[in-house]
Amino acid sequence: MSQPKVPVWVNLALIPFINITLAFLVSALVILAIGENPIEAAGYLVYGAFGYEEGIGYTLYYATNLIFTGLAVSIAFKAGIFNIGGEGQAYIGGLGVGLVCLAVDQTMPFYIILPLAIIGGAVFGAAWAYIPAYLSARRGSHVVITTIMFNFIASSLMVYLLVNWLKQEGRMSPNSRTFEESAWLPYMHEMLAAIGINFEQSPLNASFLWALICCVLIWGLVWHTRWGYQLRTVGTSATAAVYAGIDNGKVTIWVMLISGALAGFVGLNEIMGVHHSLLLNFTAGFGFAGIAVSLMGRNHPVGIILAAILFGALYQGGSELAFEIPSITPEIVVVIQGLVILFSGALEHMCKDRVEAFFTRPSAA
Amino acid sequence: MNNKTSPYAIELRDISKSFGAVQANKDICLQVPAGTIHGIIGENGAGKSTLMSIIYGFYEADTGDIEVGGELVNIRTSEDAIRFGIGMVHQHFMLVENFTVLENVILGAEGGAMLQGGLDAARTELKRLEQEYNLDVDVDAVVEELPVGLQQRVEILKALYRGAKILILDEPTGVLTPQEADHLFRILKSLKEQGVTVMIITHKLREIMALTDNVSVMRQGKMVAHRATAQTNKEELAELMVGKKVRLVVDKDEANPTNVALSAKNLSWFDEQGVKRLKDVSFELKAGEIVGIAGVSGNGQSELLNALSGITPLSEGEIHFNNEVITPKNSKNASQMRDLKMAHVPEDRHKMGLVTGFEAYEAAILGYHNSTAYNGKILLDRKAMLAECNERMEKWDVRPADPFLKTANFSGGNQQKIVIAREVEQNPDVLLIGQPTRGVDIGAIENIHEEIIKLRDAGKAILLVSVELDEIMALSDRILVMFDGAVVGEIDAKDADERTLGLMMANALNDDEKVGGQA
Amino acid sequence: MFETLILILDATLRVSTPLILAALAGLFAERSGIVDIGLEGKILGAAFAGAAAAAVFGSAWIGLLFAIVASVALALLHGFACITHRGDHIVSGVAINTIVAGLTVTLGLDWFSQGGQTPALTGDARFTSITLPFADALTDVPVIGLLYSELLSGHNILVYLAFAIVPVSVWIIYKTRFGLRLRAVGENPHAVDTAGISVASLRYRAMIICGVLCGLAGAYLSIAHNAGFLKDMSAGKGYIALAALIFGKWRPVPVMFACLLFGFLDAVAVRMQGVQVPGIGEVPVQAIEVLPYVLTVLLLAGFIGKAVAPKAVGRPYVKERA
Repeated sequence: MSQPKVPVWVNLALIPFINITLAFLVSALVILAIGENPIEAAGYLVYGAFGYEEGIGYTLYYATNLIFTGLAVSIAFKAGIFNIGGEGQAYIGGLGVGLVCLAVDQTMPFYIILPLAIIGGAVFGAAWAYIPAYLSARRGSHVVITTIMFNFIASSLMVYLLVNWLKQEGRMSPNSRTFEESAWLPYMHEMLAAIGINFEQSPLNASFLWALICCVLIWGLVWHTRWGYQLRTVGTSATAAVYAGIDNGKVTIWVMLISGALAGFVGLNEIMGVHHSLLLNFTAGFGFAGIAVSLMGRNHPVGIILAAILFGALYQGGSELAFEIPSITPEIVVVIQGLVILFSGALEHMCKDRVEAFFTRPSAA
Repeated sequence: MNNKTSPYAIELRDISKSFGAVQANKDICLQVPAGTIHGIIGENGAGKSTLMSIIYGFYEADTGDIEVGGELVNIRTSEDAIRFGIGMVHQHFMLVENFTVLENVILGAEGGAMLQGGLDAARTELKRLEQEYNLDVDVDAVVEELPVGLQQRVEILKALYRGAKILILDEPTGVLTPQEADHLFRILKSLKEQGVTVMIITHKLREIMALTDNVSVMRQGKMVAHRATAQTNKEELAELMVGKKVRLVVDKDEANPTNVALSAKNLSWFDEQGVKRLKDVSFELKAGEIVGIAGVSGNGQSELLNALSGITPLSEGEIHFNNEVITPKNSKNASQMRDLKMAHVPEDRHKMGLVTGFEAYEAAILGYHNSTAYNGKILLDRKAMLAECNERMEKWDVRPADPFLKTANFSGGNQQKIVIAREVEQNPDVLLIGQPTRGVDIGAIENIHEEIIKLRDAGKAILLVSVELDEIMALSDRILVMFDGAVVGEIDAKDADERTLGLMMANALNDDEKVGGQA
Repeated sequence: MFETLILILDATLRVSTPLILAALAGLFAERSGIVDIGLEGKILGAAFAGAAAAAVFGSAWIGLLFAIVASVALALLHGFACITHRGDHIVSGVAINTIVAGLTVTLGLDWFSQGGQTPALTGDARFTSITLPFADALTDVPVIGLLYSELLSGHNILVYLAFAIVPVSVWIIYKTRFGLRLRAVGENPHAVDTAGISVASLRYRAMIICGVLCGLAGAYLSIAHNAGFLKDMSAGKGYIALAALIFGKWRPVPVMFACLLFGFLDAVAVRMQGVQVPGIGEVPVQAIEVLPYVLTVLLLAGFIGKAVAPKAVGRPYVKERA
């Protein structure tokens, strides 16, 4: 028997909105618990994120990373895989970007370095996802645990490389040398100035445009190509995939490679766009935040962009907040992230069933 | 306290139950006299299982009353039902596979916090039950190693161990051979003699006539008739079940088989645990004929379909098809088999045939999604997909004819039509079909049977697997019987009757008496 | 040489203790059908709660109590999401880990103003070593003496407790009614439901046990092993415990041995720091750090093979429509 359809906007907008509201309400309780005023806190948050040009720039700069990691997690989700390794894949992807820049910044012009760096970030990020993917597909190893292990390994690996190999002579801090300007991504405020628009300085750079392009590419791939069809089949029903002649293992692997590559593009933003050198800890939790972003964005590129901007606002607003109210640490943002994952992910059915029942109730005779 | 002694073991008044917008049971009234065997019949989706689940406390009725032995009772959980002496043998067994029989029986009735006491007490009691009802089974055997017929006995023992005075069986013979079913009926009759009331749900009219004292008919969630079995017959019951005159036969001409389209030689397949599930299966399939594979579910038919369609690689043997020889070393996956012009309607459309979250027009290309008919260089050609989907929905009368509706929201019959249409319209040389009318309503069944015959007459080779003997006998030109992974008999459809097939399905004929047969 | 071995084994016991507790916690959860990635978060949360309470009340036992309460609360939250609301087990675990990671530092800063740490614990606020009877007297006895006085004696009570819980777990799971039902619900929850037993109640009880054991693990880290809470101090132990659980095929005694193995390798690795290995030179400190993680991956990839998890693990129980 057919069931009355739940309007599309309920699933795409209303339920996520309810879930986020719940997450924020609980966060407000936490802020109250540490003796601060949540409304005041919210005020600083919003102001910090959107209240002035520099803040907006920062918000979008953070959002750039979150779009990359959100896309990474969501494409894997769509294929039925939980990729928690975004943190490590972003880190190693950044290594790839940095190595390319260090190798050719003195000999090649920007328009050659850029595509090489994109490839470098993608290849290194994908490579870091490859082993857990292969082990999961061919040996049945639990992909969640292996990717988490690889996050830890990436961390130690980067420390080793930067301290022992890439560090500059005579300096204390474990950074590589600064790249030549030919390996710098132009800042947005620079690009806008070139067409006559005045915008405050901020770390927001051209990688933001690449993030948007990736959204379009991923959208096209997943919903409009046969590979996307295979991916979605594998993610919904492994048995139907086998029936259809789709190799579940192969799909798992190439999806994870794409996922790793997307996470690797965080390196484009941070290494090539902002720091202009290789350094430690530039991933700063964005890999994990990608999980919250993809859940909140319902695994769809449009939702992910919106969720990424929201979380970017949280990061930027959070810094402002920590500055204005010293008793609130920036870690409060981590708490909010966790609550979003909780309400949008683990507890998603809690409201979904009740809301859907409201919309499918048999109409009065 | 109600002192009325009621002649009824169980009485239901105005029981109704809805799941969301779907009303599964509406105003059901039922009276089951104590110490009788009472049949409940109805088609798939009539609401029988829901009703029994309410009696057993699995679901709670929205409205209505239940009386057990004349007393009004409140059954909210299975625990309540068990307390009132109601036991249930489910269609899909509720057993813990890696526990022993003993452990399964005491689950829920362990008799104390420590296990040892409960195990000992159960052992003694089971011995008694075994003798009284002829229900013998090795209590220390691990359930997953027992054959299906014995597993069912464990289910019955569980119910009796908990003191069931009312025993409900839900489609008990679906997994039994006719001979095992007879044995079950003897056990049920013996229970009845001991004063146990038996309620049996089935859609098999033969069983009703053979076993029950009374029968109640359900249709589309309502109770439509009650009869004393002695005062009715199969035709009347069939008509009450369906609501119109049914054809129990399918109209078809003689078959005209021509050349061999597919030939299987000594196919064997070992599963993950190394158990041989297909044993040396050989047969030929000619163009223009329908070969039916009969057999109790679980005797290798599913494995055979999987091997032929490319879902699982062969362990041993060869398949000759379309000028290719497929062997374990030269195996082909499902997609390659499709390229060779083999199509496959799987037994389980939910797990394999469709992706329930997809919209109809996307599900309609499952398995053929790489074809140039649906793809440009990089992008999917949505226009082409939609055009074809609309065309097919009209041709096959799929309702509602909405290509954007998620396949999960179509009825069973319409889902099946989408799958069959997809496979048939590819114009394959060989079509494998598994359980084509499972969960499909009568109107759609006729439709689907007609289309299968049409295909045969167009010169295609069809291999039909079904657990419904009626369907096999009505559609097939030749029938192969499988038992325990091997083909144990072959018979022309016109020579086949239920008794013969039943005996073959149980492999009860020795070499001398084998009908048709394998060298 | 023998002395070194004893010292390594001694360290092994200490390092394995939180792993054993966490792995057994995961065992009870998974046997009932619930995947618990959130072991990490529970350990961390318990470590924080325990250290905070111990500092405030000056008593290790009160700290332990608070650690258990915190961990059980988190376990029940996970249960609420997975059992009552049929949420995805892994997502719920990740959510809890994330919330705890942020919340511990946030509350820590607010309460103690030490950048997220808790104050250092001294005296009664810590669990200290217990010297077993006659340990001092036996020290000089060859072989057995050292075994007794170094290896067996001198640990804090939580270490002894952890090892004692192993046989207790075996007994609960295989010899009691609760254990039978627990194993049943992880294999076939329908069978349990139709036998008249509440699936949800069983699973919640399993989660409570899980919470208690993680509470012990967390308290061990911050009240016994270390003298206070540090940010992210669980450092992946919750995940390694899961690997040990899989390696030990969901049975208490093999799981204990798996944890001992991890502990042993960790202890060996620490001793390798700064040591010159012929042919390689000094082993970099990062290589030592990653050893447990690499090992986990290798174990999951190579030797596990066909470990069979409880059949219904990770799947929310939904009464199927008849």
